[in-house]
Amino acid sequence: MGEMGMELVKLLLLLGLAEAAVEAEVPRDSLQEELLLSPLPSGDLSATFQFRTRWDSDLQREGVSHYRLFPKALGQLISKYSVCELHLSLTQGFWRTRSWGQPSLQAPAGAELWVWFQDSVSDVDKAWKDLSNILSGIFCASLNFIDSTNTVTPTASFKPLGLANVTDHRFLRYAALPREVVCTENLTPWKKLLPCSSKAGLAVLLKAERLFHSSYHSQAVHVPSWWFSQRSEKKYPQFIIFKTDASCLSVSWELRQTLTVVFDSFASGHGKKDWSLFKIFSRTLTEACPLSSQSKVYVDISSRGQEKELLDVSPAPLSIHEAVVQGDRRTYAVYDLLNPALFNGSRSLNVQLKWKRPQDGLDLPAPVLHAQRYVSGYGLQTGEISTLVYNTHPYRAFPVLLLETVPWYLRLYIHTLSIITKGKENKPSYIHYQPAQDRRQPHLLEMLIQLPANSVTKITIQFERALLKWTEYTPDPNHGFYVSSSVLSSLVPSIIAMKEEEEDLSPLFTSLFPSSDGSSYFVRLYTEPLLVNLPTPDFSMPYNVICLTCTVVAVCYGSFYNLLTRTFQIEEPNRGGLAKRLANIIRKIRGVPPL
Amino acid sequence: MAGHAAAAAAMDAAEKTRGKYAALSFAAIAVVLGLPLWWKTTETYRASLPYAEIAELDTLRFQLTVPVSVVFAKGSLPAKQERKLPSRKMQDVEIPLNPKTSVTSHYEMFYRRATTQEEMILAQKSLEEVDSSLRTTEETSMGSITVYVVPQNSLLLPQDVAVFVGKHRSAVLRSPLNAEDALTKVDAHVQRVAHAMSFTPDSLAEALADRVLIGQPGAEWKRPVKSSLGYEITFSLLNPDPRSHDVHWDIEGAIRRFVKPMLEKLSPVAEFSVDSQILYYAALGVTPRFDPASSSYRLSVHSLPHVINPVEARLGSSAASLYPVLNFLLYIPEDLHSPLYIQGKDGSAVPTNAFHSPRWGGIMIYNVGPDTANETSFPKRVDVNMVAVMEVFLAQLRLLFGVSQTPLPEGALLANPGNAGLCDWELDRLLWARTVENVATVSTTLTSLAQLLGKIGNIVIKDDVASEVFHAVESAQGALQELEAGQLEAAFLASKAAVTSSERAFFHPSLLHLLYFPDDQKFAIYIPLFLPMAVPILLSMAKILRESRAAKKEAGKVD
Repeated sequence: MGEMGMELVKLLLLLGLAEAAVEAEVPRDSLQEELLLSPLPSGDLSATFQFRTRWDSDLQREGVSHYRLFPKALGQLISKYSVCELHLSLTQGFWRTRSWGQPSLQAPAGAELWVWFQDSVSDVDKAWKDLSNILSGIFCASLNFIDSTNTVTPTASFKPLGLANVTDHRFLRYAALPREVVCTENLTPWKKLLPCSSKAGLAVLLKAERLFHSSYHSQAVHVPSWWFSQRSEKKYPQFIIFKTDASCLSVSWELRQTLTVVFDSFASGHGKKDWSLFKIFSRTLTEACPLSSQSKVYVDISSRGQEKELLDVSPAPLSIHEAVVQGDRRTYAVYDLLNPALFNGSRSLNVQLKWKRPQDGLDLPAPVLHAQRYVSGYGLQTGEISTLVYNTHPYRAFPVLLLETVPWYLRLYIHTLSIITKGKENKPSYIHYQPAQDRRQPHLLEMLIQLPANSVTKITIQFERALLKWTEYTPDPNHGFYVSSSVLSSLVPSIIAMKEEEEDLSPLFTSLFPSSDGSSYFVRLYTEPLLVNLPTPDFSMPYNVICLTCTVVAVCYGSFYNLLTRTFQIEEPNRGGLAKRLANIIRKIRGVPPL
Repeated sequence: MAGHAAAAAAMDAAEKTRGKYAALSFAAIAVVLGLPLWWKTTETYRASLPYAEIAELDTLRFQLTVPVSVVFAKGSLPAKQERKLPSRKMQDVEIPLNPKTSVTSHYEMFYRRATTQEEMILAQKSLEEVDSSLRTTEETSMGSITVYVVPQNSLLLPQDVAVFVGKHRSAVLRSPLNAEDALTKVDAHVQRVAHAMSFTPDSLAEALADRVLIGQPGAEWKRPVKSSLGYEITFSLLNPDPRSHDVHWDIEGAIRRFVKPMLEKLSPVAEFSVDSQILYYAALGVTPRFDPASSSYRLSVHSLPHVINPVEARLGSSAASLYPVLNFLLYIPEDLHSPLYIQGKDGSAVPTNAFHSPRWGGIMIYNVGPDTANETSFPKRVDVNMVAVMEVFLAQLRLLFGVSQTPLPEGALLANPGNAGLCDWELDRLLWARTVENVATVSTTLTSLAQLLGKIGNIVIKDDVASEVFHAVESAQGALQELEAGQLEAAFLASKAAVTSSERAFFHPSLLHLLYFPDDQKFAIYIPLFLPMAVPILLSMAKILRESRAAKKEAGKVD
């Protein structure tokens, strides 16, 4: 008996040890994948992929670095350049807020990069330059064109998503390249960062030929660094922890790769708005990525205020998720790929959606906040940039932060800045203007503007076009020069009260900008990039000028030379010229005495 | 009337000479003022470079001096010879490699008798103890060698072992028979030991492989990685089948225990950074063949070259540094294709199940053990035995650096290098080879830079490029001198500095600035100005010349 007891104790000890070992071996990194499919009111379909790789480690530690799920290329970069946060997006097309509604994550056309460095970085500009060059190599994008003429340091518009403590905007750099064209060669390296590559899980749907056959394609990499409290392992977004000493040094890293595509299913589906996974991606889902801890497909089946169910999804979803997203009550059908019950009936998942009755003129209430921008004026000397910001909220006013970066060759006249709401002047409560320096830095204009309820605010500013040096023109100068999108950031008051959600349960697409309280939600909007024509010279002009001056000089010189070196003497007209002889012959014939 | 005509003729002549002088002064101004002005304003700035020194560096005559101390213990030499013992002796061996490169190795032997302390140490029993305590008594600089000669009947060395090469920079040699020519025999032995511990013609030929073509084919497999200031070592675990295998490897512990000590030892050679990653769904490019006899899969040797390329696309280049990457891949075969073995040329499985690719890295195939129980739950957890893996990887690392092939004299015994996996003298061998290689690289770089600059006149040579070139030349010369003086460490540092400077000069972006300004465009711009200006001047010059010749002829006729 005693022996038995001993054995039991030993066994228990062993078990305990084994358990402890398992405890210690908890993987420090995890992968979550998610696909959100939402039919847009215009008949298009937006698909948003999100892949989140989380790593509870500290990349800043010196020495050896070991990567499991987190991609090594990015990890090395972050630790070498002491990056606190990194956000890079490459976008083709423009998200039409008016007809598509509020995007979950919008990005400006072209490339956008903003980085928060740690406060230990001494030469931020150099780190920024090197970093953008390396990123340009990793993503095959022309990010190497980021230099001081298109880099700004916004003071208020871009706050770190993750950590609270970094508020010194000297460590922030922002640049947008609206000219950048996004294509397959940018997608391939993006896919390579995924642990399962595109071999398994949701990533099998990422077929380039389909993704780029779309109205809007935006791929992004976000590396926010989150701070974890030691005890609860719960993530706190920036607005909750105010007074902690958390710096970037002891954090957990997160890599969020997002890809948003808008398919014009109406046009490609022969006038029908029905779609299926196979129809849009020409693939179906067969399994989750074996490395992921969560793999879900969400389909937006909200009835949008109508009584009857309009949509029919098949196969029947195993669960329904209801949430208030961006001030709107939404219903999602959820397919959990890790749930084996999903693959009971068939081996693959092909989500299909059918509209119950033909839908036309499904009117979307205009989004609470949207904006548009255009350039006006005539001639090649002056012009005007106008931005219209709409607040359609029936009774609430709210402030919006507007960030404008204008290249130096458009010389802004800041005294012509006018902000007019409902016919009256609207004075911004905060304004930060950094004038441009020729060939050195762009204009930066940041304003905090109060938008009254149900109003349109018109912001105009005049500019003069500068003459560039002839080597500064782009290869196709008559195409025009791009002015990057202006950025609107705002906490939009919600019409419907939102309840706070448990972080781990909510889908990924809601968690990048978690709402601080139930009454408002964060929105960042980008306006259209502008295309401005600059006075363009005739590029053969320098040679023409050279030829012309040389000719003038040669003519002057030639006559001068002749005048100085030749001797001039009066020559006696002896026999006269050819004309005289001819005249004499004629005179002879006529019988008149010769000249 | 006649007077009038004469006056007119005189006026005319005066006018003509004035015109002549005007034309001459035009030409003179154009030549004296115009040409230099044009030359100066369109000139590309070219700082002066030490072309003569660079040309001198093109022919490399290495003089490598190895200081060897030969210490005789009591009784190791016959008394008569011991009395006649010279204090020093030189041995020169010339190794001609090609007309532009030659190496003279220069063994400088210092003879002395053992001190009492050394005698006491040598009287100890165990070789390891002797080895470690000898190190404390002597102060050895890099590159120097000490050989202790013990008497024939010494018990220190085991029977039939003639030489013991220690962990550090010393060796123990058994004295030959008490013959007449004991000293010369000792000399011959010492020389062989010294060769093994410093450099051999082969190791130098390998280091100079870029200048001197290695004669025999098939020698490429042992080509060491190119000398560089730093290396990135990446360990990658390839798991092509994460659905069936959940692989864990304790790479952190393994690096701490096995790799770090060796890299610390190698730290004088270069900087190292180590990282690791796990790649999923990374498959080999070759489908292995099933071998029914052993019911396993085989990869034949000739298909190995095709394995690396598809994998390499996934490895990712190192984003954060410019140093060359050494890859070590651990491949866990898919469940479908396991066990997987590499099949040697003779048809049998290679025991290590690994191979290496020179100047790239190594790949090891790690088979997951067969199912012990009839486990059906996938994924199977696999814990990699890091000791076995690291053994292979470290051997490959030594091979990549070229420190593994030491042709030792017969009957030699090697000390166990211990934890670091590398002896001091092996490090010295590496440093000798690296120094020679660096100097050769500098010579090649500078020579081609000088050639390039000579060939293309458009290239701007800025002052900082010039100063880098001067520094590189100076350091390379310094390295050669230090090698001659037997100061290995200083020579290596100088050669490293020379490489850095020469590369910086060669890859300086300013060299490319004006390179692409074509000549036809230049003429297109010059012609509209120069042609109308030059033609009248030249014509009037020709006219003046013709007239003066005619005048001379006239004068001759008159005479």
